[in-house]
Amino acid sequence: MSVPALQTLDLSIGYSRRRKGDICLARALNLRLEPGALVGLLGPNGVGKSTLLRTLAAMQAPMAGQVLLDGEDARRMRPEDLARALSLVLTNTPYPDLMTGFELVALGRLPHSDWLGRLTESDRVAVNWALDAVNAGELARQVLTELSDGQRQRLMIARALAQETAIMLLDEPTAFLDLPRRVEIMCLLKQLAHQTGRAILVSTHDLDQALRNCDQLWLMREGAMLVGAPEDLVLDGSIRKTFLTDGISFDEGSGAFAVEAYAGAAIHVKGSGIGETWMRRALERNGYRHDPAAGVADISLGQNGQGPEWHLTIEERLSRHHSVAAVLEALKDAGI
Amino acid sequence: MMLLLMASVLGMLLLLSMALGSVSIPLDQIISALLVGESDTAAWKNIVLKFRLPKTLTAMLAGMALGVSGLLMQTYFRNPLAEPFVLGVSSGASLGVALVVLSTGASGAAMIAGLGFTGDLLLTTAAGLGAGLTMALVLLVATRIRSSLTLLILGLMFGYLVASMVSLLLYFALPERIQAYINWTFGSFSGVTIEQLPLLAAFVIAGLLIAATAVKALNALLLGEDYALSMGTNLRRARLQIVLSTALLVSAVTAFCGPIAFVGIAVPHLCRGILRTSDHRTLLPGTCLTGGIVALCASLIAEMPGNNLVLPLNVVTALLGAPVVMLVILRQFRGRQ
Repeated sequence: MSVPALQTLDLSIGYSRRRKGDICLARALNLRLEPGALVGLLGPNGVGKSTLLRTLAAMQAPMAGQVLLDGEDARRMRPEDLARALSLVLTNTPYPDLMTGFELVALGRLPHSDWLGRLTESDRVAVNWALDAVNAGELARQVLTELSDGQRQRLMIARALAQETAIMLLDEPTAFLDLPRRVEIMCLLKQLAHQTGRAILVSTHDLDQALRNCDQLWLMREGAMLVGAPEDLVLDGSIRKTFLTDGISFDEGSGAFAVEAYAGAAIHVKGSGIGETWMRRALERNGYRHDPAAGVADISLGQNGQGPEWHLTIEERLSRHHSVAAVLEALKDAGI
Repeated sequence: MMLLLMASVLGMLLLLSMALGSVSIPLDQIISALLVGESDTAAWKNIVLKFRLPKTLTAMLAGMALGVSGLLMQTYFRNPLAEPFVLGVSSGASLGVALVVLSTGASGAAMIAGLGFTGDLLLTTAAGLGAGLTMALVLLVATRIRSSLTLLILGLMFGYLVASMVSLLLYFALPERIQAYINWTFGSFSGVTIEQLPLLAAFVIAGLLIAATAVKALNALLLGEDYALSMGTNLRRARLQIVLSTALLVSAVTAFCGPIAFVGIAVPHLCRGILRTSDHRTLLPGTCLTGGIVALCASLIAEMPGNNLVLPLNVVTALLGAPVVMLVILRQFRGRQ
């Protein structure tokens, strides 16, 4: 195993409250962030993901234990040294008036610059490289107020890259973004981890993207932290247990959350093509169970002269329908 | 480039402010009075050296101080409506002045006069003490709190608290004393003598130098305290630099010139509008020059050359400042849509 970029030793995280006593969110964490890996931090709301990130970034004192950055205690490092070891991207993207994309990314060079924060030629090279790395070269001259949330978040990531730190921590960077933007940012982070050798830890609620892109997942739930490859955590049921909530469960087959089926009538859909898959979803959405063995109705996809056609069989009686909606209607009419 | 233009405008205004006044003095006489300390009549020399020079320099220094402290507050609190007085320093000064002006009865005034204090100096001392004590309080608080928002709210609350105490004093005060207090609140660049000028200058220069050392932190703070911290800013030190600088600048100006409204809030907006940047390496000298320009303009307008009428300074600064703030707010609103 390589040397970890970040390591925690028996770390306990939480915060102290005056008079009411301390709140400890997690204890005895022994975690490792390896160079070149994208790690996803997942867990229900309020479990302490942000507190963990703040503690790892030394913005908050640990309740016990240590955070080591390249072997050095993060709490004992000077702010400048810390900023050369670890960079941060948060959920919200501040955008001061009149600031351009280049200027924003250039702020990442502050820990490397003199007392006035002047940019040298090597600083400019680093800023331009970071802009290119996130495909934001064309945003360099634009004013932040004229950009979209997704573009600004890409610039914030470029800023963290320009900081040239071995570790990048991101706290729900995609929370305010639309789906394509989320996919884009998570893919970007994966590439950056693999290509630049940075250790990147990203907290997210987007389980699907985390499963697809992360090299490792940290699953946080009350009192425990499960670490492993995404697929292993799916297969051993850890993800299902972590997000266990009444009425909603994680479906290992599809890798997504689903509302638990009502105890509705059982129906059998034959076949496994795209059409059949969406028919099953339509049935699930309407509270039917899928049961190949004991279905009160059978559905299959056939053809007629004009195109595809649904064949619905209830108690040996066959009816033909041209759309999913029509099948659902027929089921309802039959009192199923 | 733009900064050079600003500097030359400031230079011209300095000359203009020396040249214009209720007594017209030939330009060559003014220059010779300034350079060699001589002019054709003693009266001209007196007017130039004892009145116009201190007034002009005071206006410039006060404008610079208020402009820069306004910029510091707006960046630190990340609020376009923040101004130098949000820390409560000028409220402290006004309480000091109110205590002296309103509470001393006839015998008290005689006693103070017996100690060698005369009117203006007494007010300056009272304002300076009030501002200084508030400044110490703010610094004490600033080292202990965690977020800038706490400081902002505490400062505002302190302002309200002090304002109510002043109101209480006003309520029980004699009418002619109330007039004296109100005169102080109008603000003036003419109260500083040539002997007091070095003291004001020392405070302002010290404040500006401290502000200059905070330039890097100010740029980082544009993204908020969390990001600033993650980019290597020592937040505690930055907060001390910003608060100390503002306190020095504002307490000195308020002590010597009274509470001068609007310059502090309007100048940074004006400067950003002209320079089109958020970089404090440009904005800091920029607000310094713009502040000097605005204050000198206000001073010139207040004196209404060729006329013996002198308008209260705060009337003029608000007349200049309010439209600027309105324009900025409207433009920002449009920009966000």
